[in-house]
Amino acid sequence: MTLTSTDAITRQEVEDFLFEEAALLDEWRIDEWFALFAEDGAYYVPSTDMPDGDHRTTLFLIADDYVRLQHRVEQLMGRFVHAETPNSRTRRSITNVRIREASANTLRVSANFIVHRIRLEVVDTYVGRYEYTMRLVDGALKIVERRAILDLDVLRPHGKVSFLL
Amino acid sequence: MDANGYVSDMIVDDEHRKLFKVNRRAFVLPEVLEAEKQYVFDKCWIYAGHESEIPEPGDYRVRRVAGRPVIISRGDDGEIRILMNSCPHRGAVVRREPAGNSKIHQCYYHGWTFNNEGALIGLPGENAYENTEWTREDHCLSQAPRSDSYRGFIFAAFNPGIQDLPDYLGGAKEYLDLVADQSEVGMEVVGGTQEYSMKANWKLLIENSIDGYHAPTTHKRYFDFIVRTNQLFYDLSAGIVGNGSALGNGHSVIEYDSPWGRPIARWTPYFGEERQHEFELKKNKLVERFGEERAERIARYSRNLFIFPNLIINDIMAVTIRTFFPFSPDYMEIRAWALAPVEENAEDRAFRLDNYLTFLGPGGYATPDDVEALESCQRGFATFKEAQWSDISRGMGREHPATDDELQMRSFWRQWNALITGKHTAPSYPQGVGI
Repeated sequence: MTLTSTDAITRQEVEDFLFEEAALLDEWRIDEWFALFAEDGAYYVPSTDMPDGDHRTTLFLIADDYVRLQHRVEQLMGRFVHAETPNSRTRRSITNVRIREASANTLRVSANFIVHRIRLEVVDTYVGRYEYTMRLVDGALKIVERRAILDLDVLRPHGKVSFLL
Repeated sequence: MDANGYVSDMIVDDEHRKLFKVNRRAFVLPEVLEAEKQYVFDKCWIYAGHESEIPEPGDYRVRRVAGRPVIISRGDDGEIRILMNSCPHRGAVVRREPAGNSKIHQCYYHGWTFNNEGALIGLPGENAYENTEWTREDHCLSQAPRSDSYRGFIFAAFNPGIQDLPDYLGGAKEYLDLVADQSEVGMEVVGGTQEYSMKANWKLLIENSIDGYHAPTTHKRYFDFIVRTNQLFYDLSAGIVGNGSALGNGHSVIEYDSPWGRPIARWTPYFGEERQHEFELKKNKLVERFGEERAERIARYSRNLFIFPNLIINDIMAVTIRTFFPFSPDYMEIRAWALAPVEENAEDRAFRLDNYLTFLGPGGYATPDDVEALESCQRGFATFKEAQWSDISRGMGREHPATDDELQMRSFWRQWNALITGKHTAPSYPQGVGI
């Protein structure tokens, strides 16, 4: 979609974006997913005991700036992420999408997620919410910040977040 | 010690042939886990927490130590106690919040109230005990028989006869000092806990945490990352270069030249050229405090320290405290924290945490691949009746074992075997856990 402003964006337009994003991840088209990020974009997964923490002062599970996220994506597309060889299957359900703030060029969105991850005959369920900050770049929405906040109080028995949550 | 014949002959320690093997029953059989709880976890000093987590009177942390729910409490008297988090009345967990500050701990089941030193200070309807020998003093929160700290690291022991903590730590003290000396004020646990798990035997994580040999293969993606982001700053073709040492009582360490930057005072291009000068100043400060040799050791070298039986302190691209406990032969719970100098400025702290996350933790570039490797070992152990032995012989014929040899693992297994079977395979090996 080509947009000129985000202040009149509809929830359906936001949902279309989030559902497409989820499909890219579930289909493991992660280079296309990475292209949704602005060049100052970041991806965070806070620790389960401090879900509202700040990555500069709190130990997170993941706090990727654009460069580290780019490495993560390239690694996941390569052969040496043993934890994802073979790849997980994932199925994301994105619901309760809310536009929290919409100004001319900045959009803040929250959504609930349930990500089922299936690998080696085990199903792990990751439950939580996303907090997005997005911006218009050349008429398209780009992700400036994508925060996946887990409701799990410990990462057990999952043990790891080796795929893109 | 073993009546049913299961928990014996678990290791082959052949000094003559320079071969060392561990029988994979040790990773699989429930009888072994029961013996470990009794002869290892109930006999040794067990890491509980860090003093910085409960700095003020009344501060407490609730967690499990050696499988037991405990309250790590700093009383109004300033003393740290490891209180059993179970009501002396009928057993309910008394304090259910993970952390906080309180003068009292109250069990909601029947309303018994304890002060933050564990004493019973009130209960509804106390007069119902009249004409009995019941006393408040007999119904305080139980405590770990021993607790003590070394340079901020709090340990508990459930064995009243154990040797004192400094004696138990022995040669490991030197390496805890190298961590504690990274601050002039004190080190602190940073908020945020990595609480995860592995579907693997807990002893695999010990082997893995002090294994320099696996780094270039298991963690190739991490090393590719640091080579690229540091513009080939470091030649990794020779792997990880350094030594491995046994420290007595089953403790051990690998110490090696760091392929990565260290926030304490080892600059690499990944930290940015604008920060190079600041790192020189940090290094100079260490030289002032400790002299050139020790300053270089603190700044440049990395250490993976194992304190028997279940504490890892990795002083690597950041400092992590990691402890773990088995709930079944094929499943362990793991907790990890970041440790940092209290006086570190905000920018350095943020850099430290970024650097930590590049490698460490369940979302890092490395730990998930360790989880995968260890879970893969455990799946492989289903063949333990046919493929019976794991090999830990690497470097056994060398006078000075290297970081990518396996002396540090043999040190663990010898102590483990001595506690479990009562047999010492290497008589000259330092012993001394008071049992």
